[in-house]
Amino acid sequence: MSILIITEHDNQSLKPVTLNLVTAAQQIGGDIDLLVAGENAQAAAEAASAIAGVRKVIHADNAAYAHQLAENLSKLVVELADGYSHILAPGTTTGKNVAPRVAALLGVNQLSDISAVEAPDTFKRPIYAGNAIATVKSSDPVKVITVRGTAFDAAEATGGSANVEACGSVHQHADVSFVGEELAKSDRPELTAASVVISGGRGMGNGENFELLNKVADKLGAAVGASRAAVDAGFVPNDMQVGQTGKMVAPELYIAVGISGAIQHLAGMKDSKIIVAINKDEEAPIFQVADYGLVGDLFEAVPELESRL
Amino acid sequence: MKVLVAVKRVIDYNVKVRVKSDKTDVDLANVKMALNPFCEIAVEEAVRLKEAGTATEVVVVSIGSKPCQEQLRTALALGADRAIQVDAQDQLDSLSVARILQKVAEEESADLILLGKQAIDSDNNQTGQMLAALMDRPQATFASEVVVEGESLKVTREIDGGLQTLSLKLPAVVTTDLRLNEPRYASLPNIMKAKKKPLDVKTPDELGAQLSAGAELLSVEPPAERQAGIKVGSVEELVDKLRNEAKVVA
Repeated sequence: MSILIITEHDNQSLKPVTLNLVTAAQQIGGDIDLLVAGENAQAAAEAASAIAGVRKVIHADNAAYAHQLAENLSKLVVELADGYSHILAPGTTTGKNVAPRVAALLGVNQLSDISAVEAPDTFKRPIYAGNAIATVKSSDPVKVITVRGTAFDAAEATGGSANVEACGSVHQHADVSFVGEELAKSDRPELTAASVVISGGRGMGNGENFELLNKVADKLGAAVGASRAAVDAGFVPNDMQVGQTGKMVAPELYIAVGISGAIQHLAGMKDSKIIVAINKDEEAPIFQVADYGLVGDLFEAVPELESRL
Repeated sequence: MKVLVAVKRVIDYNVKVRVKSDKTDVDLANVKMALNPFCEIAVEEAVRLKEAGTATEVVVVSIGSKPCQEQLRTALALGADRAIQVDAQDQLDSLSVARILQKVAEEESADLILLGKQAIDSDNNQTGQMLAALMDRPQATFASEVVVEGESLKVTREIDGGLQTLSLKLPAVVTTDLRLNEPRYASLPNIMKAKKKPLDVKTPDELGAQLSAGAELLSVEPPAERQAGIKVGSVEELVDKLRNEAKVVA
């Protein structure tokens, strides 16, 4: 068996989730190759070649791949697919965008967001917002899969010395073009890769009050998240949303502040190792999943928390 | 511009799902069903395009057994012009659904195909992308804003790092995210009117769609339950527990 991993990167560095995918691939078993498709992405390709356990890195460099548009990337992957038993992509917005396109072009179905490998053809995946876990077996000749990164440990980022093979194929769909992007700029760790996450909900009251959480985050080296209610209310941008339709996180420590704990939010964070809830409503459902609950006014508790850390 | 909207009948958003005791699937007997929330946003967007004079017709399609006609009627009550039920087993795999939708889109000569980004039952998030691939047309998933500019669309997408904007030439496939719009409620007169709007029934065979085999569902189990922990009396106690008991804070 051999496995091709579609890596996600910003041309400079690989997204940390790549390391989790390598672990998922190791659990499936077989040779592991990484595809780095980008523009001026040598640095990302070199980082890929250093990951322990990688056989080779395929590096396709062209303006067509600069933003990893699904139309172009999927055709490249299909061209490279011959001989691979599995094609893995991260369960991120980029991975979810491209993997189904690859599967459809190969004439197979795609398994979304697997959370465990039971056998090379059998996987567990959450359904109904994580309220049920399905075990599914695929008989497709090539398994196209997106992987929930937080469900797998990170592989070693160094220790490997895989060959980097250049791939000159260019696929450029004429009818799609990149216009622009507004990326959130932050010195804090990325939500899905952070070991500590502190999130605020509707109880924060407004966007300015998230500064209270930022201060705690700076002390803990944490990422800052939000519930859907806080995003919908316009307190913070959508890329901070944790939950069924936002980001899935599973840090060592998750601190939920002013979040009631709607089922859709719990779906995105209940695999965290330790959960702390701070909420003035002692009946809030968040306390049913919290290891440590503090009933009280967040506007007093959070500054005190910051001062005691 | 003709808009095709694909919709799915799923368990109601507010119902707590339970796994059957024999662990073969979740229990959907006597459970309230509804239009998938993301599909509802897709219908709303199509209707707004029609109201703005951009779309000439809004056709809504669902694939499943007869009860999915209820959700088609809901879409008609929200403002779609006519409906197509493709009569097939429920819970068809995504590739089969995409192949059927491709045939419907061709038959209808749709310029824009709108879908929800995912169904809240299978949580697959695949069908729109598969459809776009089969048609070899551009896609914009996770849309939070759609602007029609002549024969093109400018779509803002919610991506992990923030927002991305793409330009797509029509025909194109767009899948909706939560913040694209807030769907309206169907008024009683519109619900009555929807009963008289045309609803055609077709089969995958008539459309010439070839069905694929999906993955085999071996079992379904409830997730590992988290036990509620303890309540602490003060921030001081909380920090002490995090440092000395959970050891997650230095």
